[in-house]
Amino acid sequence: MLPIIDMIGERGLLMSEKILLAHGSGGLLTRKLIEEIILQAFANSVLNKLTDAAAVSLPPGKVAVTTDSFVITPPIFPGGNIGELAIYGTVNDLAMVGARPVYLTSGLILEEGLEINLFKEIIESMAIAAKIAGVEIITGDTKVVEKGKGDQIFINTTGVGIIPEGRELSASKIQIGDKVILSGTMGDHGIAILACRKGLSLKTDVRSDSTPLHRLVEVMLEVEPQIRVMRDPTRGGVGTVLNELAEEAGVEIKIEVEQVPLLAQVQGMCDLLGLDPFYIANEGKLVAIVPKESADKITIAMSKLPEGKDAAIIGEIVARSIYPQVYVETEIKTTRILEMPMGNQLPRIC
Amino acid sequence: MNVVNQYRDPVLIKKLADKIHHLVRFMDRPIRLMEVCGTHTHSIFHFGIRDLLPKNLELVSGPGCPVCVTPTNYVDQAILLAREPGVILTTFGDLMRVPGRLGSLLQTKAEGGRVEIVYSPVDSLQVAEENCSKLIVFLAVGFETTIPLSIITLKEAQRRGINNLKILNAHKLIPPALRVLTAENFKIDGFILPGHVSAIIGLNPYRFLAEEKGIPGVVTGFEPLDIIHSIYRIMLQLVEGRIEIENTYHRVVKDEGNIHALELIHRYFTPVNSEWRGLGEIADSGLKLQEPWENFDLLSNKNSSTVQSLKHGIQQILVDSSEEESCICGLILTGQRTPVDCPAFARSCLPESPLGACMVSSEGTCAAYYRYDRRKGIANV
Repeated sequence: MLPIIDMIGERGLLMSEKILLAHGSGGLLTRKLIEEIILQAFANSVLNKLTDAAAVSLPPGKVAVTTDSFVITPPIFPGGNIGELAIYGTVNDLAMVGARPVYLTSGLILEEGLEINLFKEIIESMAIAAKIAGVEIITGDTKVVEKGKGDQIFINTTGVGIIPEGRELSASKIQIGDKVILSGTMGDHGIAILACRKGLSLKTDVRSDSTPLHRLVEVMLEVEPQIRVMRDPTRGGVGTVLNELAEEAGVEIKIEVEQVPLLAQVQGMCDLLGLDPFYIANEGKLVAIVPKESADKITIAMSKLPEGKDAAIIGEIVARSIYPQVYVETEIKTTRILEMPMGNQLPRIC
Repeated sequence: MNVVNQYRDPVLIKKLADKIHHLVRFMDRPIRLMEVCGTHTHSIFHFGIRDLLPKNLELVSGPGCPVCVTPTNYVDQAILLAREPGVILTTFGDLMRVPGRLGSLLQTKAEGGRVEIVYSPVDSLQVAEENCSKLIVFLAVGFETTIPLSIITLKEAQRRGINNLKILNAHKLIPPALRVLTAENFKIDGFILPGHVSAIIGLNPYRFLAEEKGIPGVVTGFEPLDIIHSIYRIMLQLVEGRIEIENTYHRVVKDEGNIHALELIHRYFTPVNSEWRGLGEIADSGLKLQEPWENFDLLSNKNSSTVQSLKHGIQQILVDSSEEESCICGLILTGQRTPVDCPAFARSCLPESPLGACMVSSEGTCAAYYRYDRRKGIANV
């Protein structure tokens, strides 16, 4: 253990510029890491106690709990980083069921050799994101795995939220004639990540759309408490979410391609690589099924917030069906079926 | 102005579609056209082009998806290679899912095999330079369009003195396959000919279709207007009684092709017989590297020591899987049978474990039939 103590140095600071196995050993270095980086950033009256479990009281209403693990290469990307994503992703999962996010937990798995500066940057982003989303991180855990056994950093966040009395979102409430709203341009996140991955020397200015959606959801539910259901089209994209909703509700959904907000750069990258933007991931978008009477009103209210500025009605529920499906009216006025994807999309050569 | 959008103009497309409806009325039989290229198949599905066509005009999908016609043996060879600790494979993404007898490259990667997806064969050079102690094998599949890219990669490897890069070659040529498809009992009235392949080879290799087989063909691009236009031009030929090879993709394809690329192909490669999934062996439809580039070919005699264990593995698989495969892909592609006539269809041949090219591609004839028929099955219950 001597070399490590040497590295700690006189200032008792974090010594090494990289994460060491000892940072996860539960000893002195673990405590330093927690106190000097994590607590510094996340500080709140519950977390500061560093008890084995956080003890909190919740406001009245139904409790919503969700958990999500974040693994992404590279950890910093145009428009965001894994830390911010880990907060917003979980906040958005809560928001999709109509819950107001209250508390989060943070589970960190670090790979030996991770740059301390990078780690700091990620933790600070988590803190800022939590502040923006109005949640407190009340408990957490940090482990270090040997080099080669992780991918720099994995983050798990569990979120707790409160669903106000009388609010219930469910695919079973979907009615024929309901409209489908998409809150903004699709595929930005997936394309931003793809473009900055090793091996693809394509330059694009597309940035991840990583954003919290809880505020947008509140505005939407204020305009129309009878919104049927909401989903955030993360992995699998809008196409997957629409297919899931069609299955759950036993309906056919029609989407008009020309109404779907899409950046020209995202369309261009997809054309080039043979990908379909309907299946590309988003991190700050939602799909909502809403009563047709209030669809316009909801969209207008959404467009007043930055995270909903491009919101559009992209389609409708056309029929009940024993074989649910989603079909798309193309830009040349034909239809095609938007299928449930089989796995990850792979670039085509043919 | 958005250049792409004028090729997706619904008004123009509708006008041409109306003309096609008009022309089809002059024919006293149903018309079957084959699109040869996988990207055409994709566009036809993506833009719902069949919606615009008369009922008695059918589009059938040809063998033009390079990964779909890659034989199981090739995929198995690749998998065995990926399992070798000293080997890194580089491949186009869509080959990852294509199944062999040993599974797919996706599964192999999950089991710890080193497989890297590249967007261009040239990217293999960097992988080779960064992993000097490993053997890098690029899975060289694809038609005339991708062959020049493989050549550029080898040329550059030679220039930089990279010795640890080889190719597992399965490059294929389109015209010999068309010759096989038009051999007998052939029920295709016209060909929508591939845009990208034609940009390399030009129109001459297709002339035999018109001159010997009496079948018209039109080279076209991949936007919906391109495709509808080519169908219109074929119908016009049929109604007027002309039989020609036309080029409607002048913005990309020169009638004589890309002379420089053709020269490169002839300098580096020589034609050999090649195995196509579902179609069997086709004479002179493949390519072999010739001297002095032969040593880039992993399976050439010059590399025999490297691939000894691989060869043994392949022989073992062939022995283990000696039972007859019942796929009738070739007959389906040529319109002589439909997927439901195939004994393997929806039994041993499924989208997740396909036997033939028509099921490998989600847009292939069998894959489309599978989805449609299953639906119909549910509806009838």
